[in-house]
Amino acid sequence: MLHTVNKSSFERNSLQSCINTIDDTSVVLLIEDGVISATKSTHESMLADLASQGRVYALQGDLEARGISTKIADNIQLVDYAGFVDLVVEHGTPVSWV
Amino acid sequence: MSTKKFMYLNRKAPYGTVYALESLEVVLIAAAFEQDVSLAFIDDGVYQIVNGQGTDGIGMKNFSNTYHALGDYEINKLYVSQESLDERGLSADDIMPLMYEDEDDDWAEKPSVKIVSNKELSEIMSEQDVCLSF
Repeated sequence: MLHTVNKSSFERNSLQSCINTIDDTSVVLLIEDGVISATKSTHESMLADLASQGRVYALQGDLEARGISTKIADNIQLVDYAGFVDLVVEHGTPVSWV
Repeated sequence: MSTKKFMYLNRKAPYGTVYALESLEVVLIAAAFEQDVSLAFIDDGVYQIVNGQGTDGIGMKNFSNTYHALGDYEINKLYVSQESLDERGLSADDIMPLMYEDEDDDWAEKPSVKIVSNKELSEIMSEQDVCLSF
């Protein structure tokens, strides 16, 4: 299953709730303010395990908009909007953690 | 007209919500009324003035250049929380080099941004007449 998170982990607990709830085959796509959680910060350990399994994606355009595209944490995979569509095709309708 | 000390407290990242843009609009209005304006950037608000923003990929207006205009409106007290930068893996080098020209010092170019501790920020905040949160 595909899960999208669009809130910063510094602002809301959406990402933590998502991580706590998803199964072993699910992938996470960070979008909008959610991409803040894709950077090297005091919160990067939240996604480290999932990322090392290749299960974390982030939207490149949202990272560039916020000027943080050079600060990506390890093993986060970047996608554009076409890549977002590919993820939906592969994993089905996304669950949106707003 | 009497002058009051206004502080605008910016706590949200840009683009995901409209708070950052709305704050900037209201700041410019206050400047037009010649008030004593200062801005604080804490929590995810620090992302509002991070260098190198580029919005082509999301089809939204990049309003980060507008912060460069604040100096011309005599808005030159921009405080950034050191703790908020640290938490986010950011440093002073990641913040836009915003400048103003000091009319009391032969129009010398000076930096508008000051990185402060949360303790210093609380002292600055306590000196304000009005504090508006975005």
